[in-house]
Amino acid sequence: MNDTVSTAALDEWMRTFARLVAENKEALTDLDAAIGDGDHGENMDRGMRAAVQALDDTRPSTASALFNKVGMTLISTVGGASGPLFGTLFLRIGAALGDTSEVSLSQLATALHAGLDGIVARGKAEAGDKTIYDALAPAVQALETAATDGAHTADALRAALAAAENGRDATTPMLARKGRASYLGERSVGHQDPGATSIALLIAAATPAPA
Amino acid sequence: MKKLINDPQNVVAEALLGIEAAHPHLRVDHEHKIVYRGDGPRRGKVGIISGGGSGHEPLHGGFVGLGMLDAACAGEVFTSPVPDQMLAATKLVDGGAGVLHVVKNYTGDVMNFEMAAELAEAEGGAKVLSVITNDDVAVQDSTWTAGRRGVGVTVLLEKIAGAAAEQGRSLEQVADIARKVNADGRSMGVALTSCTVPAAGKPTFELGEDEMELGVGIHGEPGRRRLPLATAGEIAELLVEPILADLPFAGGDTVICFVNGLGGTPLIELYVMYHEVNRILNAHGVQVARSLVGPYITSLDMAGSSVTLLKVDDELLSLWDAPVNTPALRWGV
Repeated sequence: MNDTVSTAALDEWMRTFARLVAENKEALTDLDAAIGDGDHGENMDRGMRAAVQALDDTRPSTASALFNKVGMTLISTVGGASGPLFGTLFLRIGAALGDTSEVSLSQLATALHAGLDGIVARGKAEAGDKTIYDALAPAVQALETAATDGAHTADALRAALAAAENGRDATTPMLARKGRASYLGERSVGHQDPGATSIALLIAAATPAPA
Repeated sequence: MKKLINDPQNVVAEALLGIEAAHPHLRVDHEHKIVYRGDGPRRGKVGIISGGGSGHEPLHGGFVGLGMLDAACAGEVFTSPVPDQMLAATKLVDGGAGVLHVVKNYTGDVMNFEMAAELAEAEGGAKVLSVITNDDVAVQDSTWTAGRRGVGVTVLLEKIAGAAAEQGRSLEQVADIARKVNADGRSMGVALTSCTVPAAGKPTFELGEDEMELGVGIHGEPGRRRLPLATAGEIAELLVEPILADLPFAGGDTVICFVNGLGGTPLIELYVMYHEVNRILNAHGVQVARSLVGPYITSLDMAGSSVTLLKVDDELLSLWDAPVNTPALRWGV
């Protein structure tokens, strides 16, 4: 496997994520209204719009500069739980990638794992709590497995997307144990987690169409 | 849903313009959406800041002033403010004696305040202590949940801790008083309607004409149980009994009794509620030393009420009675 991801492609990943969030803004908000406070779509859209603006203004040339910019912008503009969590995710990804401009699949998998660790440290979520962890952790694992197997990046991302979407769907029957949804107890069961849904969009934004 | 607004996206910013115009003794940092005292910071006085999502007015901006908060950070509607705001507010109110952060226990608020405190420490600025309010008995308190929500006790805590800071007590002492208030206070609420976030334009949840939602928080999140609408007397029982059982409050205890409106319920109904709550407390032998009745921690246009009881001793009562001069609470000045 020798296909790498350029900074330009990582930049495009963030812009595509922003577009997917904007397109799904109402759906994300509706999911949040069912078990939270109905602002997830609005907040993520505001944050990713600001992140794209920041990328336009600064044109970062390395992976670390790019993800630092996105992470800091989300922390400064989103608020709620999503701001610190998605912000921490991107800051940790940036720190793990460093000043590289070409990212290998194994580097990407390692960086996303660092991002996942950051989310756990900040939000203290565990598997099955009905949070973004439940979509991100399987996606990271799929990337790591693909990297170990020497898969092509495009195939690895498709596997990660399938894992993220399965993880997202698996949140529906879960009883929420973190965030505002946890106040609902049993009544949180039967609703898909909005944060996990955004994570699936994030992985989808990186994934090329089926070959 | 009809709203008295210009543009749903500008509600928070325009409300801050209104606060600035209406209350000349306050200042507003529009960039960071901070309401702060025009006469601060006072050298040697502990600064107290709070903040949270907007939509709970007068909490928190309406409690900035002499004897209460030094600054309040306004987030988007029902969304925690961001760390930059709390960091900026911390610097604004630092009089050299440290700064107390009053944080309602919601995942986002806790994380954003935590990051702000880390940033303040990293910059070597003011010493920061944080106190988290978590008084809502409707939420099961468990390590497996986000824990109880911070609701009505936050209002009483900001008043009492503010008085302690105004007396010149140390950061540790002010934080101790604040923790005591949180430990000895309990709340529970009921919604008769949902509420409408301006940017969403439609009610957060559906509630039938003949239904009520018991155990709601202050963000339009559904509560624990949906029940047929009941009388004020029956609702008061449903709220007060779990509160009394939880601390527990006992006969002979002295309390501050706070009957709060959630935004859409008129004061006349809150006084009907207060009468019922007072009747139940009398029956339990709990003595009400002070009362507060009105919409002080709201959930936009939600109809409904919450009840907060705080067990007090002479010290807490004297801090409660100390002068306060804010847009929403004013006495002794």
